[in-house]
Amino acid sequence: MTEGTLEFDGTTKRYGDLLALDDLSFDVRPGEIFGFVGSNGAGKTTAMRIALGVLSADAGQVRWRGAPVTLEAARRIGYMPEERGLYPKMAVAEQLEYLARLHGMSRADARTATAEWTERLGLAERRRSEVGALSLGNQQRVQLAAALLHGPELLVLDEPFSGLDPVAVDVMSGVLTERAAAGVPVLFSSHQLDLVQRLCHRVGIIRSGRLVACDTVDALRSTRRQLAVDVRAPWTPALPGVEIVSTEGTRHVLELAADVDDQDVLRSALAAGPVAEFRPFRPTLTELFRTVVTDREDAR
Amino acid sequence: MNVVWLIASRELRTRLRARSFVVGTLGLLAAIGGYLALSAWLANSSGPVVGLSGSAAELRPAIVAVAESLDEDLEVRIVDDAGAGREQVRDGDLDALLTGSASAPTAVVDEELDDTVRGILTAVLQQRALGAELERAGADPDAVRRAVADAGVRVDALNRADPLEGERLVLAGVAMTLLYVALITYGTGVAQGVVEEKTSRVVELLLATVRPWQLLLGKILGIGLVGLVQLVILGGVGLIGASLAGQLTLPAAGIGTFVALLGWYLLGFFLFASLFAAAGALVARFEDMQSVISPLIMLLAIVFVVGLNLLLRDPRSEIVEVLSLIPPFTTILMPARGALGVAPAWQIALAVGLTLIALAIVVRLAGVVYERGVLHTGSRMSLRAALRGRSRSTTE
Repeated sequence: MTEGTLEFDGTTKRYGDLLALDDLSFDVRPGEIFGFVGSNGAGKTTAMRIALGVLSADAGQVRWRGAPVTLEAARRIGYMPEERGLYPKMAVAEQLEYLARLHGMSRADARTATAEWTERLGLAERRRSEVGALSLGNQQRVQLAAALLHGPELLVLDEPFSGLDPVAVDVMSGVLTERAAAGVPVLFSSHQLDLVQRLCHRVGIIRSGRLVACDTVDALRSTRRQLAVDVRAPWTPALPGVEIVSTEGTRHVLELAADVDDQDVLRSALAAGPVAEFRPFRPTLTELFRTVVTDREDAR
Repeated sequence: MNVVWLIASRELRTRLRARSFVVGTLGLLAAIGGYLALSAWLANSSGPVVGLSGSAAELRPAIVAVAESLDEDLEVRIVDDAGAGREQVRDGDLDALLTGSASAPTAVVDEELDDTVRGILTAVLQQRALGAELERAGADPDAVRRAVADAGVRVDALNRADPLEGERLVLAGVAMTLLYVALITYGTGVAQGVVEEKTSRVVELLLATVRPWQLLLGKILGIGLVGLVQLVILGGVGLIGASLAGQLTLPAAGIGTFVALLGWYLLGFFLFASLFAAAGALVARFEDMQSVISPLIMLLAIVFVVGLNLLLRDPRSEIVEVLSLIPPFTTILMPARGALGVAPAWQIALAVGLTLIALAIVVRLAGVVYERGVLHTGSRMSLRAALRGRSRSTTE
C-alpha cells in the first residue's frame, strides 16, 4: 500500500445492540479527496472518530502509513469534529496557539502558524476577540484554522461545509483542493452532494454502517446504463430489459439491462415519432445517492 | 514541553486572570482583614470603667486593691460632676457611676450592673462594713484583714494549661475554614471545567491530541495550583497581618500550620478534585451539573461542620483523634489537630498514608468514570453505567 494512505480495514463498532459500523473497509490515498456520504446515523462520524483514536473499534483496524493510528500519529492529522468545539471564553489567537502546541508545535512555530492562518482566513482583525463573541461563520473559520495550522499530513473533516456561508465554502473548497494537491489524503463527509461531486476524486456511500458504494464519481455515475429519450409522440418503451426510471412530459429516463442494444430502443422510438433527444443519461450524485439508499432499503 | 503541563498552564493562566479569582481573593482578604481588626479591637478594649463622684471617691484605693487581688481589669475614674457622670453612663463611656455616701453608695448604670463590677463593689463595701464593725468591737481591723487575706484555696492542676490554647484554636479554626473554602471552590471549579469542555465540545478536539488521563491530570494540576496560589496569598497576608496586629504570638506555630495547611490542601484537593471531575464527566450540560456535584459538596460540608464542632468542644477527645485518621475527615481535621499541637507524629504519618491509599483508589475509579463519561453526550450518564463501561452513546 502506498505510503501515506489511510486504510479502514474491517472496522466494526457496536453500541449495545446497535451495529454502528459493520466491517467497513476502504482507503483514502495521498493527494486524493475522498467524499464520505450517507444519511444521518449511517456511521460516518463513528468511522472518523475511530480514525482519530477518539473512539476504539470493536473489531478491525484503521491504519495510516501502514500502522494503526497512535496518539503521536493522530497529532499529525487535521481533524474537524462534527460537533464543533472551541473554548468560548478564550481569545482566537491564544486558543489557536494552544491547540497548535497540543499538536506538538513549539511556541514560536505555533505563533507563526496562528498569524498565517488567521490572516489567510480573514480573521486577522479578530485575533484578540473571544471565540464566543464571533459570528457563527467566523467561528467556523477558527475551527478550520484549528484543523489546519499544524500542517497536517492527513485531513479528516466531519461535515466541514455545514454552516458555512458561500464565501467560506469557496475558501474551504480551495483549501481542500490545495492540501490534496500537496499530497495530503483528505477524507471529508458531507450532505451537500453537489459539492462532493465537484470536489471529490472518489466517493464512499455508507448506509447502516456498511459501505454500499465506493468508486470515482464518474464510475459511480456510470454504473447503470441509462438513456434519456424524448419522443414527440405517445411512445411506450415496452422492450424486454428496459425499465422506466422517470418520466417527465414526453421525456423518459430508461435503464437498460446489460444485454439490451440501445439501437433497438432508438429504432422503437423513431417508429413512434420524431426523436428530439437520445443520449446516455448520467445521474447526479444526489440522484444516485437516492437510488442507492432506497434500493437497499427495499432489498431488506 | 510536556502536554500535561501545557494543559495545566492553560488552566492556570485563564483562571488566574479570571475576574472571579481576583474578586474572590480580594473578598477573602477583606474577610481575613475584618477578622483580624475585630479580634484586635476586642483584645484592646479594656475591662469595665467605674466612675466615682462625691464622697464615693474615697472608695477608690479599696476598689483598685480588690480588683487587683481578683486579677480583674477595672478602670476607676473620679467624676467631678455627678450630672456629667450620668451623661457618660448613658453614652457608654462609664459602665457604672457611684454616687452618694461612701458607706452606702448608689450605682448608676445604663441597664444593669456588670457582674464583675458588682462582685468587686460588694466585696469593697463588705470589707468596709466589716472594718467599721471590728473597730467598734475594739479589734484591730488591719490585723484581721491581714489574717483574712492569707486565706484561700491552693490549686493543684493535673495538666498545665497552655496559655496559648486560645490562639491555637483560632489558628486551627482558620486553617479548617480556609481548607474547606478552597476545597469547595476549586473542586467545583474542576467539575465546571470538565462540563465546560463537554458543552463546548472542545473535548473531542483535545482528545484527538492527548489522552483522557493527561487532560484530566493537567486540568486538576492547573486548578489545584490556582487554589494553592490563593491559599499562599491569603495565608501569607493573614500571618503577616496577625503578627503585625500582635494577634499572633506564636509565629513558628503559625508558619508550621500554614505549611501543613498547604500540604493537606494538596492531598485533599486531589482526593476531592478527582471525584468532582468524575461527577462533571457524567453530565453534558451546566444545568445538570448541580445534581451530580451536590453530594460531594454535602460530604465536604459534613466533614467540615462535624469536624469543627467536635474540635471546638474538645480537641483532645477520642472521636476527634479517630476521625482525624479517616479520609476524608483527615484532610480537614488533621491540619487542625496539627495546629493545636495535639497530634503525635505517628498519627500524622498514618493519616498521610491512609489518605494516599484513598487517593490511589479514588483516582483510579474517577479516571475510569471520566474516560467513559467525557465523550458521552445527551442526558446524564448513570454512575453505574460509567463504572461498568456500558456507554450507550446515541451519536452515530
